[in-house]
Amino acid sequence: MMRGLKKWRLFGLAAALMAFLAACGEEQISTLQPAGQVAEDQFDLLLLSTGVMVFVIIVVSIIYVLAIIKFRRKKVGEDVIPEQVEGSKRLEFIWTAIPIAIVLFLAVPTVAVTYQLADVDDMGVVDAEGTPASVTVDVTAKLYWWEFAYPDLGIVTAQELVVPTDEPVYFNLTAADVKHSFWVPSIGGKTDANTDGVNTFYLTFDEESADLEDGVFYGKCAELCGPSHALMDFKVKALDEAEFQAWVAAMQESTGEAEGELAQEGQELFEQSCIACHATSGAGTTGGIAPNLATFGDRNRIAGYLPHSEENLKKWISEPQEYKPGNLMPDPGSLPGREGEAFSEEELDALAAYLFGLTVEDDM
Amino acid sequence: MSSTAQAQKKGFGATLWDYLTTVDHKKIAILYLVSGGFFFVVGGIEAMLIRIQLAVPANDFVSAGVYNQIMTMHGTTMIFLAAMPLLFAFMNAVVPLQIGARDVAFPFLNSLGFWLFFFGGVFLNLSWFLGGAPDAGWTSYASLAIASGGHGVDFYALGLQISGAGTLIAGINFLVTIINMRAPGMTYMRMPMFTWTTFIASALILFAFPPLTVGLFFLILDRMFFANFFAVEMGGNTIIWEHLFWIFGHPEVYILVLPAFGIFSEIFAIFSRKRLFGYSALVFATILIGFYGFMVWAHHMFTTGLGATANAIFAVATMAIAVPTGVKIFNWLLTIWGGNISFSTPMLYALGFIPSFVAGGVTGVMQAVAPLDYQLHDSYFIVAHFHYVIVGGVVLALLGGLHLYWPKMFGTMLSEKLGKITFALFFFGFHATFFIQHFLGLLGMPRRVYTFVGDQGWDLYNLISSVGAAFMALGVITLVINIIMTSVKNERVGNDPWEDGRTLEWAIPSPPPFYNFKQTPLVRGLDTYWIEKMEGNPEGMTYAEPIGDIHMPNNSIIPFIMSAGLFVAAFGALYFIDGDKAWPLPVLALGLLITLGSMAARSLKDDLGYHIHKEDLLKEGGQPGGH
Ligand SMILES: [Cu+2]
Ligand SMILES: [Cu+2]
Repeated sequence: MMRGLKKWRLFGLAAALMAFLAACGEEQISTLQPAGQVAEDQFDLLLLSTGVMVFVIIVVSIIYVLAIIKFRRKKVGEDVIPEQVEGSKRLEFIWTAIPIAIVLFLAVPTVAVTYQLADVDDMGVVDAEGTPASVTVDVTAKLYWWEFAYPDLGIVTAQELVVPTDEPVYFNLTAADVKHSFWVPSIGGKTDANTDGVNTFYLTFDEESADLEDGVFYGKCAELCGPSHALMDFKVKALDEAEFQAWVAAMQESTGEAEGELAQEGQELFEQSCIACHATSGAGTTGGIAPNLATFGDRNRIAGYLPHSEENLKKWISEPQEYKPGNLMPDPGSLPGREGEAFSEEELDALAAYLFGLTVEDDM
Repeated sequence: MSSTAQAQKKGFGATLWDYLTTVDHKKIAILYLVSGGFFFVVGGIEAMLIRIQLAVPANDFVSAGVYNQIMTMHGTTMIFLAAMPLLFAFMNAVVPLQIGARDVAFPFLNSLGFWLFFFGGVFLNLSWFLGGAPDAGWTSYASLAIASGGHGVDFYALGLQISGAGTLIAGINFLVTIINMRAPGMTYMRMPMFTWTTFIASALILFAFPPLTVGLFFLILDRMFFANFFAVEMGGNTIIWEHLFWIFGHPEVYILVLPAFGIFSEIFAIFSRKRLFGYSALVFATILIGFYGFMVWAHHMFTTGLGATANAIFAVATMAIAVPTGVKIFNWLLTIWGGNISFSTPMLYALGFIPSFVAGGVTGVMQAVAPLDYQLHDSYFIVAHFHYVIVGGVVLALLGGLHLYWPKMFGTMLSEKLGKITFALFFFGFHATFFIQHFLGLLGMPRRVYTFVGDQGWDLYNLISSVGAAFMALGVITLVINIIMTSVKNERVGNDPWEDGRTLEWAIPSPPPFYNFKQTPLVRGLDTYWIEKMEGNPEGMTYAEPIGDIHMPNNSIIPFIMSAGLFVAAFGALYFIDGDKAWPLPVLALGLLITLGSMAARSLKDDLGYHIHKEDLLKEGGQPGGH
């Protein structure tokens, strides 16, 4: 449907303006550099509507500027009383009819694309052997993190969504506590995560994320959800089919076992104080109290937004409220087995060694 | 003769008492103007704090929690406590004069409406000093509003409930006034445009505020009295809040912008020295916009998940509003076309409004394209859009209207020179602040974020936006200086200080005597004062009656007490849920008792008003305010 509108891309001012701005945006987050069919359809609508609207603005501007120049008092004369015109039926007709035509012109693609983007009929369709033909992800938004479960594959992860490219990926979206909104600007528009009910939608990822600046698309929470709403970021890795299958297999086999002495110390600490909320195996289902950490070592950010360094991890563990106000991770002192005591520098080293060792990408 | 001179004569206490008890629409206008202006400055300071925080990435000027309070209060204050009352100020000051009336239909209710708004606004803002302001956004979506700790959201719900009642009362009052109090000869199709837009906006208030009232009561009951309207785990539903809020919220935009259109219509006609082009088309466009305004609320909920059919219907319905709005723009353009344009300060605002509002309108149509809105919604694009509509439409009208009507309200002209500087600073600052925000949204920046990580392509644009905001602030400061200097100089002006006035308010002294018209005028056409002037009538009016006794209402302190009772009751309701204090329930009861008691007093005691006698009127117009 949108193919016919492609010609608008070459259209005058709008396109020139957009091309200029596309150069400004960051590829991994800009709606102006779509990397999926949904975002592309939306970008086409943006160009179409901007083109039409720029036309409207030009018409208004011409009349406006001419009127101001021609009929300014300096030119017309101080004491001149202009003719008191009542109106003109013909003009009223023209400027009623033309906007109606413009609106109809915009309404057709609007309605068509609205239905097209809502089409999730193929979600959960299975082939002859009962294997689902497409990937479905159950997304649960929580204060202030994202859980991504793959019910058909028996795996669950958090904070970094991993998807295959070049096929529709279906989503079931819900919120566990307050309303949030799921948004990956360069892939497609947002859908709200409501506390009542599940929203379903699809996205396609047409480019592998590996070529991007940090190898991921950026995702955002787009609905005010409390103090750390601004920090409720997530990331998206889009892998080709083979890599995705390898990732799934690695996830299914991940155990959360540490390698190396320091990391094993860390694992002991973790199992004493953290395991009650954080799972470390990717095999599992939705409903985690806190983010699943099976892929922690593969991630791009600490706490969703801080650079992925051991130093930041230690800061975050030690003072969670300082870095993400209002989040639900307890201070170290109140964790099981801590009896009011914060983690020492050595303990933090051990935890960091353990957590950074949690990776499935090495096993792919 | 002037009210200020009168005030100095009367002393501070007497003046204060006069304003606490007044039922005169012109004084109530000044009350609305002063308190609305105060809240405008408060909301503006909050805006500046927002832009300081967002000027650079990872800023820690304010904390996350405080930012959400500031952002919530900025929106709530600007909409409910600044824009609405400032428009009511002009409606009160001008509409009764425009229709040749001696006052509004219900002067007592007029006072009550103001005091309810005032106490609601004060209550809401006291939250800053009593544990923290509301922090769930001006929309206070249910799940977050219920989850929000502390009493902030309680202040929001109760404060808006009280001030909303005032707004509803004011709206009904204007409806009745415009239907019933028009001077002989003023048919509906001879009503000045500002009166028309006030009329339609009042009708919108009548239908739009009740859904808000219902939603706020649900919120109050859920948060303070153990109800579960929005508690999903108890079978409640949070989406219903979104519907109730936006069934109010979308018409609210027109409640604000229609009177703004009215003010601009007056300005275009006066400063082009020309009759409004296509007056009847403008009237019908106004009615149509008001009507459509109730059928499009779900365009705020395209991403909520209402389904493709609902989204498609609301998308097309929303686009349809562009048609009557376009009709208005073109009629204004054709009003100045062929006119004799004077670039006085009010006209600068009106001329600045056209491109600004067209920009806000076209981005509105873009957002009506539902699938595109999935990208634009809750991003900085929408922030840019609604500021183009509300600042580019409403605030420019308020500033233009302030310059236009200042001489009528206070009998002295604001400085044109400072006025033009204000306009230049504000207009430039406005576009610098908000134009760039469209692109921030397109580049992926969500709204309502207290900070942002650098290097996402947003750093420079945010800085530009913050610098622009500083220019707006400079503009407002210049305006305040202008007001102070003008009041000190106090050079008196005559009936028609802009010299090209067209409607009845310009036919009487500035400020008008407290009874407005010594004799009720006879209206002989649209722009009746212009007609009389053109025919060389030195009085500027044809009279519908001989000079006779005038019946006037008495002042009353009851509206103040009635509103204060609700203010007291609100504290009881607010702290009731804490359960650790004994006083909330008695305070709630006491407050309601004060309100009900004053209602009883008003109902049981006849107040028949008084008469200004013919003889006194013949002796040089009687003493303004002399009762
Ligand atoms: Cu969120
Ligand atoms: Cu709306």
